[in-house]
Amino acid sequence: MVTGSPMPDFTDRTWLWFATACYLAGFVLGTVAWLRERRHSRALMYAIIGAGFALQTFGLYQRGLAVKGCPLGNTFEIFQFTAWSAIALYLVIGATFRLSLLGYFTSLLGAVLTSVSLAIPGWDALRRVDVFGGNPWIEFHAALALFSYGVFALLALTSVMYLLQVFSLKKHHLYGLFAFLPSIRDLDHINLRLLSAGVLILSASLAVGSVYWLQDPAKVNLAKVVTTAAVWAAYALVLALRLGNRLVAKRLAWICVGLFAVALLSLKPVDSSRSRPPAPPVATLR
Amino acid sequence: MSASAATFFLIGASHHTAPIEVRERLAPAPDKLAAFHATLGALPGLPEVVMLSTCNRVEFYGVAASSDALVQLQQAFCSLQGLAPDAFAAICRQAQGRDAIEHLLAVACGMDSQMLGETEILGQVKEAYAGAQARRTAGPVLNRVFQKTFQYAKYVRTHTALNEGQISVANVAVDLALKIFGDLGSARVLLLGAGEIGEKTAKAFQSRGAGSLTVASRTLPRAMELATTLDATALPWEHVAAHLGDYSIVVGSTAAPETVVTAEHVTAAMKKRPADPLFFIDLALPRDIEANVAELDNVFLYNLDDLARIAEENRAARASEVARARAIVTAKAEALWKQIEAQAGAAMPSPTAPALTSFRTGRTE
Repeated sequence: MVTGSPMPDFTDRTWLWFATACYLAGFVLGTVAWLRERRHSRALMYAIIGAGFALQTFGLYQRGLAVKGCPLGNTFEIFQFTAWSAIALYLVIGATFRLSLLGYFTSLLGAVLTSVSLAIPGWDALRRVDVFGGNPWIEFHAALALFSYGVFALLALTSVMYLLQVFSLKKHHLYGLFAFLPSIRDLDHINLRLLSAGVLILSASLAVGSVYWLQDPAKVNLAKVVTTAAVWAAYALVLALRLGNRLVAKRLAWICVGLFAVALLSLKPVDSSRSRPPAPPVATLR
Repeated sequence: MSASAATFFLIGASHHTAPIEVRERLAPAPDKLAAFHATLGALPGLPEVVMLSTCNRVEFYGVAASSDALVQLQQAFCSLQGLAPDAFAAICRQAQGRDAIEHLLAVACGMDSQMLGETEILGQVKEAYAGAQARRTAGPVLNRVFQKTFQYAKYVRTHTALNEGQISVANVAVDLALKIFGDLGSARVLLLGAGEIGEKTAKAFQSRGAGSLTVASRTLPRAMELATTLDATALPWEHVAAHLGDYSIVVGSTAAPETVVTAEHVTAAMKKRPADPLFFIDLALPRDIEANVAELDNVFLYNLDDLARIAEENRAARASEVARARAIVTAKAEALWKQIEAQAGAAMPSPTAPALTSFRTGRTE
């Protein structure tokens, strides 16, 4: 059959499913290697996650074309964008720092965030139109904020890896998956970098948003402002305590994991606080 | 081997065939080696030869035109070392063709080593081959066999766990430090006491690039003496507690009857470095470091039993990989021998040909 278009006639959600399949494939590759007590091929893992990222980017691009803006209009899109940010960051960090097993854990995170968002139809049933009121700065503010959530997602992952390595060394369980974990110091360094980067990006996002808010405070729901500011303040406080060596090691790692869970949960009130009327379902968007 | 046919051979002795007191007499003195190699190079019927000499083996690999050439090689070696030919024959291991190649592969992979799976041997095989190349006693057969051996040894290392995990207490400690610090370039190591195992561990840290080493002993002259030997600095014993936080790795190896590092000392030390991990290796009996130190955040403690258990587990894991590695080595040796036979044609007879009968007086494979 000959078609006029060089691209298959898939919906944006189909491309996003393909991306999820790639992330799952990365997770399966890592798990099989772990069960065989072998190190998985880092290049292959990178290629699989890179392919998933390309497919996800295309899916989100399709969605963006349909909604004429950054696709951040419902919970489904927020989860997808957060996963996309974390994966994008992994592709940079993974190539630079070569932290073993980071690809494995990132593929798991990508697979969980994207598959959960795709599997719950209600998250994508409705979409608010004109979320950003045609203001590119607000769109930029939202995209930056969610990118920082991607950074915090990766921070939660590296914190989990840190906790696993500490457990391994304290309890003398050195085999299996533990044998391939990066060193305590490497993980501590990457955690500090991610925490700093996340706080910086979220600060920039809030700075942009605050200009808009100050111009017209009534347009922004107070619950959203309070929730977002609380998340920012919590991460900024954690960073300050870490820099002052007041919050380190296991406690820091546990807090980074817990804080990300709270940040993720805070997305719901932030999303539902938007005052725009709902738009028709977007399931058929291409 | 017929009188006029050439074949690839192995002759030598190792820890499998000779006890240490005999092996001591097999290692050639460095000042005699040049003359010996010149003798080897001049032996008729021995166009290619490599000598592999390590603390656990002396082996010759090469191409011999006849069994007479091998007898002359044995005589030359016995003459060099002042050994009776019968005594050498009694511990001698011989193989030819495919079997000799398989043995070389097993040696290069560390399968034949006293410490199963050790990797140092591959470097020693490479050095031996490089020496033969420099002396021009490596020809087309040895070139092919050794180059393929290096390739296959790497293959075995990649596809089995034969070389994984350290099997000496000192190296296990270093591996654990790598899991904590990533690289040891900035790691400051403090050695408490002058016990032998502590010294070995300190040397292992130095060989893996530890940033600095400090020695503290109850008697300062002893600490200074050991520090000189190890190219380290000495620390007066009474300063240890106050300076504990300046170090990332502390190796306890004293003969003290009571603990020398307490949880209180470590708690105080960690206040100076809360974000930096502190790794204690307690090799002393009775122990030098209070056990509850391990409960402190960012502090890791391993004692002699812990390290010995890990070394034993690694040894068992390596042993369980031998069958897999052996299957690879056998298949690769078979393939390589076929290639060499095809390359050499009639010049290289089948290894099953009746050969070396005049020489086979010792142990054979």
